Amino acid sequence: MNMATTTQAISPEAAASATGSADCVIQAKNLDLTFQTADGPVHALRDISLEINKGDFVSFIGPSGCGKTTFLRCIAALETPTGGSLSVNGMTADEARRNRAYGYVFQAAGLYPWRTIAKNIKLPLEIMGYSKAEQEKRVSRVLELVELSGFGGKFPWQLSGGMQQRASIARALAFDADILLMDEPFGALDEIVRDHLNEQLLKLWARTNKTIGFVTHSIPEAVYLSTKIVVMSPRPGRIHDVIDSTLPKERPLDIRDSPEFIEIAHRVREGLRAGHGDD
Amino acid sequence: MKSLVAVLTVLTAIVALWYAACVPMNIKGVLDAAERAGSEVTPATPKMRRDMSAFGLVANNTFAIGETWAQERPRLPAPHQVAVELWASTVEKKITSKRSLIYHAQVTLSATLLGFAIGTGLGILLAVGIVHSRVMDMSVMPWAIVSQTIPIIALAPMIIVVLYSIGVQGIIPKAVISAYLSFFPVVVGMVKGLRSPESMQLDLLKTYSANTSQGFWKLRLPSSLPYLFASLKIGIAASLVGAIVGELPTGAVAGLGARLLAGSYYGQTVQIWSALFAAAILAAALVSLLGVMEKLVLKRMGVRV
Repeated sequence: MNMATTTQAISPEAAASATGSADCVIQAKNLDLTFQTADGPVHALRDISLEINKGDFVSFIGPSGCGKTTFLRCIAALETPTGGSLSVNGMTADEARRNRAYGYVFQAAGLYPWRTIAKNIKLPLEIMGYSKAEQEKRVSRVLELVELSGFGGKFPWQLSGGMQQRASIARALAFDADILLMDEPFGALDEIVRDHLNEQLLKLWARTNKTIGFVTHSIPEAVYLSTKIVVMSPRPGRIHDVIDSTLPKERPLDIRDSPEFIEIAHRVREGLRAGHGDD
Repeated sequence: MKSLVAVLTVLTAIVALWYAACVPMNIKGVLDAAERAGSEVTPATPKMRRDMSAFGLVANNTFAIGETWAQERPRLPAPHQVAVELWASTVEKKITSKRSLIYHAQVTLSATLLGFAIGTGLGILLAVGIVHSRVMDMSVMPWAIVSQTIPIIALAPMIIVVLYSIGVQGIIPKAVISAYLSFFPVVVGMVKGLRSPESMQLDLLKTYSANTSQGFWKLRLPSSLPYLFASLKIGIAASLVGAIVGELPTGAVAGLGARLLAGSYYGQTVQIWSALFAAAILAAALVSLLGVMEKLVLKRMGVRV
């Protein structure tokens, strides 16, 4: 067995037994993560249990230090939990990573400045060994998905911040991963661009039927996008509330003025406040 | 336009300072020669002049100031003397002549380029090893640093003697000394450059489950190029110094170092200074050539210019 698997805290058997219903793509059970630092142990995650079904759009919201990004990184196997079990597509997170089960979008677009947009999108395809013809086909398909057709030959610096972030989403969509993990992808963008990208993201989600994990600290963003909102609280990072959205799948921007929307947003806000009450 | 004025002002100031410095530096020699030629000098004998400051001598013998810029073997040659010698030994001599600076420069240049190539190659290889292996990081880096603390002027004769005893001579020993000086900036810059990708970039490759060599060719190497070019510019100048130093202890008959050595044997200060300037001009040309290459490469890579 290779190193990566033996250092993984969760055994494949445990992960397999943790898998619930057939629709469940991500399942966490009593997940713990403690970082050992010079100032003593930091409990980044404590007792996280959550099921994410296929096609869900799940937002993680909470104040900084609540572990929302850390949990997303655990799903991506960029962090290794110190306790509990976690399965992704019925495998351990690390096996899922090596099977390229997910595309990850970071807060910064992180495009290579020396590659054009098209070449940036080809990066994962080159690494995964797709043929040249297949690469071209996929690049034009995902560029169209994020409405950047015609920008393939541009360098990143020639694009606005919002367009760069769309290009990075296209890069995460270019290979066949059913799961899209997004860590505050629109956090650095202004409100208007953000609204626009939120709308586009919903359309994209509807067209591709991906399962999306989305970290944010914007309440309206979380409520507008999600089918499920996970409210987290800090020190130690834990889940405070899980809200299943009652909003319809079809969501125009002005749904944000509806009483239903405001009610969910209110519940999220209350949850955030209560979770913060102990400090 | 404004910057041109500023540049010319600085240049003029340097040249003026140089001319001014020639006067006290050369006054004693000029007065000794004038006395031998029968002119009236105050004070009259060399013994009396020896105890006087150079500035006092200048004040007492203002007639001699012009002569301080025109001696055959001055302590400090005037700028125009160096310029004339440079012109005479480059443009007016055939390249094949032993007195042509271009001939000597070309001898030094070939050792410089060979040494630079060896040093750069070695530097890049070491940097790749250091970045990918913790053992190499801990074992090679300290020695690379220590190697640069030894004065090259002390080490150069040893390198030449050792190589000569195993039958290696000619251009190679000089190139080895060049390489010794030039690998270090390349190692340091390249290690920094290969480590320059942010953790987010490395995480991104991890999400693609990319292997180490893909990470190297697709991310680390392209990220390191700006650092590499900065190092190469330092490295090529160090290479030239190495090649010149390598010519000094061998009693080489050709090369800028040999020219410097010959000049100092015969008190030919003008020759020394013109060789120094030839070396400086050569170094500047090499560094700006690398600058042009850097611009071309980075532009091709799409970096904003």
